[in-house]
Amino acid sequence: MIGSDRAMLILLAVVAVLPPVLSALGEPFLTVILSRALIFATAALSLDLILGFGAMVSFGHAAYLGIGAYAAGILAANGLTGLEVQVPVALAAAGVFALVTGAISLRTSGVHFIMITLAFGQMAFFLMTSLSAYGGDDGQALAAPSTLFGIAVFDGAARFFYATLAVLALAWLGLRTITRSRFGRVLAGTREDPARMQAMGFSPFGYRLTAYVISGMVAALAGVLLANHAAYISPSYMSWARSGELIAMVALGGMGTLTGPVLGALAFVLAEEALAKLTTHWRLPFGAAVVLAVLFTRGGLMGALSRTRGRK
Amino acid sequence: MTPALSVQSLTKSFGALKVSDAITFDVAEGELHAIIGPNGAGKTTLIHQLSGSLAPDAGRIAMAGQDITRLSMPARARLGLARSFQITRILAGFTLLENVALAVQARSGSSFRFLRPVAREAALNDQAAEALVTVGLGQSARRIAGTLSHGEKRQLEIAIALAMRPKVLLLDEPLAGTGHAESARLSTLIAGLKGRLSIVLIEHDMEAVFALADRISVLVQGRVIATGTPPEIRANAGVRTAYLGEEEG
Repeated sequence: MIGSDRAMLILLAVVAVLPPVLSALGEPFLTVILSRALIFATAALSLDLILGFGAMVSFGHAAYLGIGAYAAGILAANGLTGLEVQVPVALAAAGVFALVTGAISLRTSGVHFIMITLAFGQMAFFLMTSLSAYGGDDGQALAAPSTLFGIAVFDGAARFFYATLAVLALAWLGLRTITRSRFGRVLAGTREDPARMQAMGFSPFGYRLTAYVISGMVAALAGVLLANHAAYISPSYMSWARSGELIAMVALGGMGTLTGPVLGALAFVLAEEALAKLTTHWRLPFGAAVVLAVLFTRGGLMGALSRTRGRK
Repeated sequence: MTPALSVQSLTKSFGALKVSDAITFDVAEGELHAIIGPNGAGKTTLIHQLSGSLAPDAGRIAMAGQDITRLSMPARARLGLARSFQITRILAGFTLLENVALAVQARSGSSFRFLRPVAREAALNDQAAEALVTVGLGQSARRIAGTLSHGEKRQLEIAIALAMRPKVLLLDEPLAGTGHAESARLSTLIAGLKGRLSIVLIEHDMEAVFALADRISVLVQGRVIATGTPPEIRANAGVRTAYLGEEEG
């Protein structure tokens, strides 16, 4: 885990110096793409708490991205652009949705859990498509970028980039603390063997549900950023395909490592962009590459990294 | 004196098959009470009902006088009922110390604490290390539990159970599948626990049972046909025909 921490700190440091470098290279647009990758890294990080540490395969995690984006979008459309309002509302909405759907979903396990989280994700998706006042199927442009106590913190690509980097770093620190706490150890214990945990005196349900709620709230935070990044809110943020991509990012990077899913998300978003430039049929080689990466890097990118380091 | 564990008229049927037929026995405080019986006698169903993973149709289970019949497995565990599993259940990805520290944590305040690193909680680690020393795994505290041998996993399960500071310990075939040396080591370990807590031992190894048990209950086709000290059970004519007779010819 020490190796995982160092990898994350190096990653954050390298990413932090990229915007001026990219500008100097005459590729400022790459900073925008990088911001998008950081937003998905935050979402993948949140999914890792339940998927990697809690062994809960949620196939509806994109719903929380969407809830965050719509909280920002709906409030902005009504003249409330302050993050001091948008973030608490996004967190509360995601928290309530996670609490209710989690309390129901967590009564099942295995494939049933996957299917029921998918169903709740689709419910959220269709709810947003029915919001005709906010663009319905098509979504709508964000009325105004979010501000923080009147300050235009998201103004300009570089500022927005550093804001997303700060959110990612905070989410990582927060989740890192939680996974190493008493709570985190119980959560990981339920992943290892729920029956053993029950025999010790732990009822897994409450711990799992708490993790599910925390995870949803962090993803909603990423959703607020996503709405600002695209300057648009759309139901497509919460499609089941997006939920699948988030799972792929976590698996690609290495489940239960926190650093891995961040790496996975960066690799996923950047590879997607690169391949899309080469060919319009980029999804085919891209899908194959993800499958191969997961198959041949046991433990994902993080696993491959720790093995090469171990060999030295 | 109130028995540590009291089982009264415990009955469970699967369809027409009565797997537990009015099972009644008491385990006194500090007693090691063995349950023996031929295959299919209903020993596993009994231990499932005792531990709380299976609800009985009728009857009552009380621990130190408190009715626990309707309580869940975690609730029973918190009241002081620990168990080992027939197929060992440990947290394979955790170190031995983490496995046992989690059992200490289960009885040491709330686990809804999110900030302090649990690995640095000395109170949990110290008690966990002590339990590992008791079972003879003190040197392996930092090993990953999944890498242990079968017998060592059994020892770890007992360390987990001891760390819970239980009133009653259920041991479900602790010697099954272990080699000769491992089996002897586990028997010595179990013998060392005698008197410190009340133990229900379900075991096939007759030699070990007769050496370890204070009292034995014999289960045949879901019914307790005899309860008594090892010499009494050995001399019991009904037990000999129903069970031991097969072995002694």
